Amino acid sequence: MKIPTYKTEQLKCWNKAKEIRNNFYKNYANAHENGGLRWAGGAWSFGAIPAGLGNDIFPITGEPYAASIAFDKEFSIRCLEAVEKKGYARDLCSYMRNYWGSVILDEYAFGGKFPKPDFMWQDHICCSHAKWYQVASDLEGGIPTFCIDVAVGPYMEVTDNRLEYVVNQMHEGIEWLEKTTGRKYDDEKLIEAVHNECRSTSLWAEICELNKAVPAPLDEKSMYSLYVLGTLEKHSKVVADFYQELLDEVKYRVENQIAAVKHERCRLMSDTQPPWGFLKIFRYLEKFGAISVGSLYTFGLIGVWEDKADGTWGPRTTPQQKGIKIENRDQALRILADWNLSKPEWQHFYSPHLKSDMMTRIAKEWKLDGIMLHYNRGCEGLSVGIAENRLALIEQGFPVMTFEGNMGDEREFDEAQTVSRIDSFMETLGFDIIDEEKVTV
Amino acid sequence: MIQVGIDVGAKFIKAVVLRDGKLIAKDQTPSGFEGKENAKKLYDQVLQKAGISPDAVNSINSTGSGRKVVDFATKSITDVTAAARGATSLFPEVHTVIDVGAEEGRSIRCNQDGKVVDFSINEKCAAGAGAFTEAMARALEIPLEKFGDLSLKSTKEIPMNAQCAVFAESEVVSLLHAKTPKEDIAKAINDAVASRITSMVRKVGFEKEVALIGGVAYNIGFIKSLETDLKEKIIIPDGPEYVCAYGAALITN
Repeated sequence: MKIPTYKTEQLKCWNKAKEIRNNFYKNYANAHENGGLRWAGGAWSFGAIPAGLGNDIFPITGEPYAASIAFDKEFSIRCLEAVEKKGYARDLCSYMRNYWGSVILDEYAFGGKFPKPDFMWQDHICCSHAKWYQVASDLEGGIPTFCIDVAVGPYMEVTDNRLEYVVNQMHEGIEWLEKTTGRKYDDEKLIEAVHNECRSTSLWAEICELNKAVPAPLDEKSMYSLYVLGTLEKHSKVVADFYQELLDEVKYRVENQIAAVKHERCRLMSDTQPPWGFLKIFRYLEKFGAISVGSLYTFGLIGVWEDKADGTWGPRTTPQQKGIKIENRDQALRILADWNLSKPEWQHFYSPHLKSDMMTRIAKEWKLDGIMLHYNRGCEGLSVGIAENRLALIEQGFPVMTFEGNMGDEREFDEAQTVSRIDSFMETLGFDIIDEEKVTV
Repeated sequence: MIQVGIDVGAKFIKAVVLRDGKLIAKDQTPSGFEGKENAKKLYDQVLQKAGISPDAVNSINSTGSGRKVVDFATKSITDVTAAARGATSLFPEVHTVIDVGAEEGRSIRCNQDGKVVDFSINEKCAAGAGAFTEAMARALEIPLEKFGDLSLKSTKEIPMNAQCAVFAESEVVSLLHAKTPKEDIAKAINDAVASRITSMVRKVGFEKEVALIGGVAYNIGFIKSLETDLKEKIIIPDGPEYVCAYGAALITN
């Protein structure tokens, strides 16, 4: 079999992505130095709302922060053990445990003591969400916490009443924020943040859509470092502008056939969070000429999508693109709620079949040869129903490999066994490790 | 043409020599701590047994969890492919291959051409593999060779945790304290392992005919439990522990 060879090069905006991420954690830690405020909450929380309190409001989002801890195995194990010593069960969400551990140890993953937030701003769709910040608040001596329940059903079933339920909580949340912080709320800042959020999450979907190209311009391991910006501050102008810059660069890569993997000949997708301490398994795939082009997780955790006229999946058209001008607070909140309720990764909390449909769609539209499912013991929310998804994908004719692990607890991941499973899977798909010396260009 | 297959398993290394696709010699040795040296020794030994000079060997394919230690191999093949190839070459009617060795239990579904369609392997716990049965035999203080026969004497159904070897062993100890006859415990253990394997078989989709390979295929009590669970007669080849080495040897480069 002739092995394809493509041009490859590093993303030009790579360092900028790293800088944005570093600034995010630095800004949070240093917020008080300039009289600003810190808030903590989940990556899915409605960050655009606290943005109405001013330009000096800096968040820390729990999931990506915990993933950063998980990447640092030595620190992670100390966090996990600290939590276990406090009496919390080992089978709880491993992001939550890493986060709590950092609080208990009073160590910030980016140096110094853990910076205590001034308030907590969370939403609740996963079973651990509200509990996470309730416990975190207790551990930190009682931090004011507000949580918005968004579990109103899948987007296709969202009615006006259900939307109203979420929007009303948002209005209450703004009153609570004013009372808790003593600041006056600025609706113009909210409107700007909502615009930014719609723009950044739609742009991210557009970037992922470009990965339908062969060769794929991005590999999933790199995408993890890019999508993460949306999980940090999807409502910020910095992130939205960065995604525009990234989109332009990825378009250039597609036009010029610049590949993420030099010998791409096998296209895969993964599912759920990866074992963060072992991302090298993605590099191992490359030895076979295999690339993970993404996943429902990478595409749809922050990316917002819609059905296009030609039946394909593409970025959701933003209110700005539709010419909608947001005039007031209520309209901004309504758009924000509706936008988020359509997020792909929120849909399958209600049924694994919804997830199977989206995964099958990705497998077909992104032209996949196989699927690697991570049976992630660290995240009940995203892993529940994954065995059903496997069956559905097999039924559609896609070869599926599974491996067990944990996104945030390295004690539950067996690297040698996973590599051995990849070997078997690749062999069944008909791919050997590529001998560079034998590749003819 | 002379082809050699070497299967470096967790407990034993097995080697076969084929002349024009026909088995002419086979041998095995414990893997031990010196897997690399032991594989080389076994290779020399099996060639001697076959009366073949190393210069006459056309290919040496290694397989098994320790296959990479065979640095003199011409090709390294995963256990899944080797097991499927070996079993379907011996029995072309087979579409489900169950391979239970010391460390791993796996189920493989193959198509008409013997190509792997899907596979499932036990996760970190060895509850679905031979090492577990061995540990339980030790707990019962009975020789492993007698474990299968003993379990056949029982007709009782005692449910046991098949997911975790540690929990299962603690259950065995409790049953011993409760003066449960050893044959009933042995059957409960075989039933538990069979149930774990059956779940893997069902996961990849069960298709007739089914072959059982690997060292655990010597345990007739386990075979009976598995046949009961699957409601199907299982084909057991001669020398079931050599099938992966045989399958690996058959694969041409």
